[in-house]
Amino acid sequence: MTSPPATPPAKKLGLVIDLDTCVGCHACAVHCKEWNTGGYHAPLTDLDAYGAEPDGVWFNRIHSYDVDTGNGGPSQTVNFPRSCLHCDDAPCVTVCPTGASYKRTEDGIVLVDEDMCIGCKLCSWACAYGAREFDVDVGVMKKCTLCVDRIYNETLDEEDRLPACVSTCPVSARHFGDLADPESDVSKLVAARGGYDLMPEMECAPTNKYLPPREKRDRFSAAPIELETASPEGGFLGWLDRVLSD
Amino acid sequence: MHPAYSIIFFTTASGLGYGLLTIASVFLLLGLIPAERWYGVTVMVLGGGLVAAGLLSSTFHLGHPERAWRAVSQWRSSWLSREGVMAILTYIPVGLVALGWVIFETGSGLWGIAALFSALGSVVTVYCTGMIYASIRAIPRWYSPWVPINYLALALATGAVWFDMVSRLFDVASVFSAGLAAVSLILAWGCKSAYWRSIDTAVPVATAESATGLGALGTVRVLEQPHTSSNYLQKEMGFKVARKHAQKLRKLTRLLVFMVPFVLVLVTLGTDGTLARIAAVLASLSVAVGVVVERWLFFAEAQHAVTLYYGNSSV
Repeated sequence: MTSPPATPPAKKLGLVIDLDTCVGCHACAVHCKEWNTGGYHAPLTDLDAYGAEPDGVWFNRIHSYDVDTGNGGPSQTVNFPRSCLHCDDAPCVTVCPTGASYKRTEDGIVLVDEDMCIGCKLCSWACAYGAREFDVDVGVMKKCTLCVDRIYNETLDEEDRLPACVSTCPVSARHFGDLADPESDVSKLVAARGGYDLMPEMECAPTNKYLPPREKRDRFSAAPIELETASPEGGFLGWLDRVLSD
Repeated sequence: MHPAYSIIFFTTASGLGYGLLTIASVFLLLGLIPAERWYGVTVMVLGGGLVAAGLLSSTFHLGHPERAWRAVSQWRSSWLSREGVMAILTYIPVGLVALGWVIFETGSGLWGIAALFSALGSVVTVYCTGMIYASIRAIPRWYSPWVPINYLALALATGAVWFDMVSRLFDVASVFSAGLAAVSLILAWGCKSAYWRSIDTAVPVATAESATGLGALGTVRVLEQPHTSSNYLQKEMGFKVARKHAQKLRKLTRLLVFMVPFVLVLVTLGTDGTLARIAAVLASLSVAVGVVVERWLFFAEAQHAVTLYYGNSSV
């Protein structure tokens, strides 16, 4: 069970995350937490939630980076949502000693069967992307399910059958679809915008793709604005400058 | 990486236990030691007990120890599972060796075959332990052939020092047992030095830029962390205390695991009687404490790729 599927999944469901439009509002993380604390991995334990050192399981972590462009100009802020990439060659699956961690053959989603998990944490060590978080209260590993209990959920309206993070994003920075189908909207988006893999050197073949921030039109014209020069020879400003300089 | 005490105890105790069992089995097979009952009881209880205590300790860090039996099912892909399978299988020949040695006071004939398998099984189990760590690409300094080599070399060295100590207490130590201890200490010293050199000169495998894919824009720096207090990832993978003192701890490892036991083993070769026994016991204590420091450092020095998202620049 912990061997990856022998043949690549026919469908590769995943996310495309647009770093150009993400505003870093954390709404995806909050909706994810809200849905999943009642979903497949319920509860997503919080400890000391209102205390000095809150600690708990989240499937989305929204980082903010300051990219120094190195040309003396202003730096660029990039908000960076991080969640499970549902890798094709997922090392978190192959290291699992019990078969609790597995990759679905039908759609490529990587899941943890909580009833089989012994909580050895090795899968979280094997993941370079920090997608898995251990629930110290329940004693098992938890991770993004790509909202497997929403996307196939026939009790929801069809337009709501999306991962919680995608459905809630106010700027549509998160897209969901089949990345194995070159004709899908997400695949076209990746092709058009130069979507890329995170840390390809880890050789995990992530399904999720990230879209780079677009080139800023005014990046190089954003030099500090010079103050108006007040000529001492004449004019009202010259007179004012002379008076105030005395 | 956060050095969990249960895992440090497990890897060092089981390494020492398997080292002891391997050497005792080989010596018994070759007739280098007498198949005497109480000597056998001591060696097998110590070796088997250290392994059992280690395995038991490894279950303490599990979220669900009562499900530990499930861990033997995925030997096709998981080194952790393979280790569990090998540990259980190795108990069969180890038990047979103990039976022959303790009850029938023999290690030859069919009992010798059990000794051969007990030695092989012990070596393979320690190799599996090393591969659990060496198979993790996300921790680039562990993803190295030096890791299983060091697990094997340190199991051999610690086992050899303890084997010589027990043999000396039973007055059956020889130039072979002390000589093996000395040689294996030098071998392990060489392997550990090679590992340290390889991690000190290693080229970064991943960077904050490759982790975010933002390298084309410039240098990536954390503007704001995603959460206000440390999460599981930072606690488990972001351990920094020992890295700060790495050089001091390496010196301590060199002293306690290699230098002190080596000198004391030479003392046992040059003397006999009480002085040799005291030297052998001190060597065993030193190597046991030292290997715990070594293992603690092995974990604490290792940097995980996920730290790149939290402000580390390269791993």
